[in-house]
Amino acid sequence: MIGYLLLLLIALAVFGYFAGRRRAVSSVGGRQQELHSRPNYHGAFVAAWIGIPSILLVLVWLLLQGPVIDHLLLWSLPPGTTDGLSQGQIDLMLSEIRSVAAGNVFGEPSLAVQAAAERYQHWQVIARWAMAGAAVSVALLGLVLAGRRISPSFRARHGAERILSGLMIACSLIAILTTLGIVISLLIEALRFFDRVSIFEFLFGLNWEPQIPIREGQVTAGGAFGAIPVFAGTLLISAIAMTVAIPIGLFSAIYLTEYAHPKVRAAVKPVLELLAGVPTVVYGFFAVLTVAPALRDFGDTIGLSIAPNSALAAGAVMGIMIIPFISSLSDDAITAVPRAMRDGSYAMGATKGETITKVLLPAALPGIMGGILLAVSRAIGETMIVVMAAGIIASLTANPLEPVTTVTVQIVTLLIGDVEFDNPKTLAAFALGLFLFLATLALNVLALHIVRKYREQYE
Amino acid sequence: MSDAKVIKPESLTIDWQSDKTNRRVRRRYAANRRLQAYGIIAIVLAIGLLGVLVTSIVSTGAPAFVQTKVDLQLDIDSAKVDPQDPASGNYRTIFRDAVANTVPGVTSKNQRSITKIFSSDAPYIVRDYVVSHPDVIGKTVTLAIPVSDPFDQLYKGVIPLKVDALSWSEARWFERLKNRAVVVEQDGRTGLKLDVYIDPAKVEAGPPPSGEFAALAQDSLQAYLPNVRDSSLFKMLADDAPEAIAKRIAADSGVIGKTVQIVFPVSAPYAELAKGETPKVLNPRYSPDQIEAFDTLKERGLVRSPFNWELFFRADSRFPERAGLAGAIAGSFYALLVCFLLSFPIGIAAAVYLEEFAPKNRITDLIEVNINNLAAVPSVVFGLLGLAVFLGYFGLPRSAPLVGGMVLSLMTLPTIIIATRAALKAVPPSIREAALGVGASKHQVMMHHVLPLALPGILTGTIIGMAQALGETAPLLLIGMNAFIPSVENVGLLEPATSLPTQIYSWADSPERGFVSRTSAAILVLLGFLVLMNVIAVALRHMFERKW
Repeated sequence: MIGYLLLLLIALAVFGYFAGRRRAVSSVGGRQQELHSRPNYHGAFVAAWIGIPSILLVLVWLLLQGPVIDHLLLWSLPPGTTDGLSQGQIDLMLSEIRSVAAGNVFGEPSLAVQAAAERYQHWQVIARWAMAGAAVSVALLGLVLAGRRISPSFRARHGAERILSGLMIACSLIAILTTLGIVISLLIEALRFFDRVSIFEFLFGLNWEPQIPIREGQVTAGGAFGAIPVFAGTLLISAIAMTVAIPIGLFSAIYLTEYAHPKVRAAVKPVLELLAGVPTVVYGFFAVLTVAPALRDFGDTIGLSIAPNSALAAGAVMGIMIIPFISSLSDDAITAVPRAMRDGSYAMGATKGETITKVLLPAALPGIMGGILLAVSRAIGETMIVVMAAGIIASLTANPLEPVTTVTVQIVTLLIGDVEFDNPKTLAAFALGLFLFLATLALNVLALHIVRKYREQYE
Repeated sequence: MSDAKVIKPESLTIDWQSDKTNRRVRRRYAANRRLQAYGIIAIVLAIGLLGVLVTSIVSTGAPAFVQTKVDLQLDIDSAKVDPQDPASGNYRTIFRDAVANTVPGVTSKNQRSITKIFSSDAPYIVRDYVVSHPDVIGKTVTLAIPVSDPFDQLYKGVIPLKVDALSWSEARWFERLKNRAVVVEQDGRTGLKLDVYIDPAKVEAGPPPSGEFAALAQDSLQAYLPNVRDSSLFKMLADDAPEAIAKRIAADSGVIGKTVQIVFPVSAPYAELAKGETPKVLNPRYSPDQIEAFDTLKERGLVRSPFNWELFFRADSRFPERAGLAGAIAGSFYALLVCFLLSFPIGIAAAVYLEEFAPKNRITDLIEVNINNLAAVPSVVFGLLGLAVFLGYFGLPRSAPLVGGMVLSLMTLPTIIIATRAALKAVPPSIREAALGVGASKHQVMMHHVLPLALPGILTGTIIGMAQALGETAPLLLIGMNAFIPSVENVGLLEPATSLPTQIYSWADSPERGFVSRTSAAILVLLGFLVLMNVIAVALRHMFERKW
C-alpha cells in the first residue's frame, strides 16, 4: 500500500514535469527563446512542488500514525482498564491487541481486547486511506499552485535551484542529526538506567552480573552492575592488541618509507592494507578456529593452562587487525617530515638508522602518537572479534591467559534476542554504549588535535 | 716556559684507521642493519599472519564446496503417495525402504543407525522432488541424497575413521612406569609389576578369597604416580587385573597384611603401546554397522561428492549438510540496496553542498567535524542508535533489511561524503571557470560539468563504502538481522532476514562439526564478494582516470 502510494506520487511528479514543460512552451507559443528559463526548469519546478511536500507528508504521517493510534486505543478502552498497570504491562496489552487484529489469536482474549482489536483494524484502514487522500491532495495542490506560476517571465531556474540547494542543505544536516540521534538516544536510555542503578555503583562497582530474572520465579543472581571488571577487560584486550600492533606496524612503516625499494613498497603496502579490509567477523572466526587452539596447544607443551577464550587470543587477533592502521598512519607521519631534516642528518654523516631513530622518529612522534590513539579507539570499539573470541563472564584479572569480557561484548550479549526496553539489563547496554561513545570520541578528538597541531609546525 | 708548544687536544685528532674508530663505525652500521632487519621481520610477520589467516580459512572452507551424496533408488509407490495430494505422502517409509533395498544387511535392529548415514532431511528431499515432479508417482527414481554431517566429514577425510585410543597424557603415564622398570612381559601378556599392600581390612582369606581387589590394585597403581589425579589412569589395568590379587592370596594366604609384588595385566591399548605401536580405535561417532554399510555403498560406486550448489541456492538449515547461503545473500542484497539508495544521493548532495556551496561559517564547520567524528564512531554504537531510534521509537519491524540498510547507510555516509569531496576537489578549477564564463549558473556548472567529471571517483568511493557495509556485523546483530531463515521465498524489505556476516556469526556459534567448514566457506563467499567489489572499484578508477 505504502509502496504503491509512493509510486503514485512519483508518477504524479513525473507527470507534473512534463505538464510544466508543456505549459511553459505553450505559454510562449513555441518560441522558447522568449522564456526566462528553459522549459526543463519549469518542469522540474512543478515536479518538486508535487513530489517533495507530499512524500514528506507520507513520511511524517507514517512516523506519527503508530503512537497516535496507540494513544487513541488506550483512551478508548473501558475506563479503569489501565489503572494501576505499569508501562510494560500497557505495552504488553497493546501488542496483544495488535496481534489479535493481525489475526494471530493466542488463548482467549478478553472482550475488551477483541473490541479494541476491531477498533484498531478499523482505525488502521481509516488512517491508511486518509494518508493516501491527504498525500494525493497535497500533490495536486502543488501541481495547481506551481502550474499557475508558469509564465514567460517566471524565473523557474532560480526556483528550481533554490529547492535543490535546500535539499542539499537538508542532506548535510543528516550528519548532525545522526550525531544528535546517537547522543540523545544513548543519554535517554542511560539516564533511565541510572534511575534504577546508581551511577557510582556503575562506575566503581567491582561486580558485573547483569543476569536478573526476566520472568517471575526465574532463579538467577540478583543482578549487579559494577562496570569496573568490564572496563578493565576492555583495557587488557586493547593493551594486548597494541603490544602486537605497535611494533609490527611501526617497524614495517619505517622499513617501507626509508629502506624499501619503491617497487617493494608499491607491492607490500596494498597487501598490508588488505588486513584492514577483512571484515571483523572473519578475524573473530580466525581467532576461534586457529589462534585460540594453537595458543592452547602451545600452553600445554610448556605446562601453562590457557583458557580457550583467553584475553591473549582475542587481543592478538585484534592486534593483527590494527597493524595497517598503525603502519599507514606512521607511514604518513614519517613521509611528512620535511626533506631538509633528513638531508641535514645525512650531511652530518649519520647512517640511515641514526637518521631514522634520532631525527625522523622524534619529528614524526606527534603524528605517530595520533595514529596510535586512533588505533586504540578502534580497539576498544571493536566488537565482533571479542564477541566471538573473548569471554562473557566479567572477571577482574590482569592475567592475559584467562578470559575477560569487554564493553562491546556486554552490549551485544545484553541486547541479542528479544529486547524489552523496560529492563535494567537492556538499559545497562545503553549506559555502556554511552561510555564507549564518549571514550572513542575523546580519543579521536585528542588524536586529531595532536595530528593537526603537528602538521602546522612544518607547513 | 722555554719548552712552550701548542698542545693539540687529543679529541680533535681522529685516527680514522685506528681499531677504535673502525669498531665504532662497524657498530653504527650494525645498528643500521638491525633496524632494517626489524623492519623486514615486521613486514614478513604481518604478511605471514595474513597468509595464515587465508590458508586456515581456505583449507577448512574448501571441503564445504563439495557435498557427499549417495545415489539412492526410491520406489515412489502410489500406495504411499496420493497423486491428488503428493505433499502428504508417507515419504519416511519410502526412504527407509530405499535404504533397506540398497544397503545389504539392514535389520530392524540396526536400521535406525544405518538411516543416520543419510541426512535427517532425506524424506523431505524426496517429498520436495515428488511435489515438483508429480509424474514420478508409481515409478522408481534415483535421487542423490546428501549424507549426514559425520559421514560427509568422514568421506572428505576431515574426521578420521580411527582415533588414538590413548590420550597424550595417558601414554605419558605409561612411559613413566616403563622408565621405572615396572612394565614386564609375563605369560605372553604385558603386565605391571607393582608393590601391593594386602590390607587385611579389605580382604578375606576365604577360600575363596574375597575383598576389594580392584580398589587395592588401583591404590597400588596410584602409589606409583602420586601426582596424577585422574581416574582414567585406572583404565590402564585390564579388566581381569584384580584377579591377580585373588590368585596370589589363594596361593598363599600369608601375604595378607604384607606388601608383595604382583603382576597386573594391562588393558589392550596399553599392551599395543608396550609393543611400540600406536593403539587406534574406531571413532566413537560411528558404529561398526554404519561403517560397514557406508563401505558397501562406496564399493558399489554410489557415493559421489559433486559440487555443492546447494551452498548457494538453499537457505539456512539446522543440518549442516543442508545449510546454504541463499537467504543470507538475499538479506545482504536488500540491506545493501537500501543502504545504496539512501547513502548515495544523500552523500553526494551533502558533499556537493559542503564542497561547492557552503559558506564558511560555524554551522558548516560543525557539520564537517561531525562527519569526521562519525567516521570513527564504533559500529556497535550505530547498532544502538538503530535499536533505540528505528526500532524503539519509530516502531519499524525487527530483523528487517530495511532497518539494516538504514543503519548501514548512516555508517557509509561519511565514507561517501569524504570520497565525493575528494573527487570534486580533483576537478580542476578551469572547468568551473570556463563554464561560469559562458554564463552558466553555479548549479549548472555543478550539474553539467563538475559532477559528471567527478562521477568515477564518486562511484569508486561508493563501492568501497558498500564493501565496508557488506562486511559489517555488529550493528546488524543489535537490530536482530540474524534471524533463522530456512527458505528464500519470503525474504523482503520488511520481513525478518539475515545477512552474510551475521550468518557467519550464527554458523560459527553452532556446535555441529560440519558448520565449521560451512562457516569458512561462507567467509570465502563473503571475501569473494568483497574482492569483486574492490576489483570493480579499481577498474573504474583505472578506466576513467584522467590526468588534467
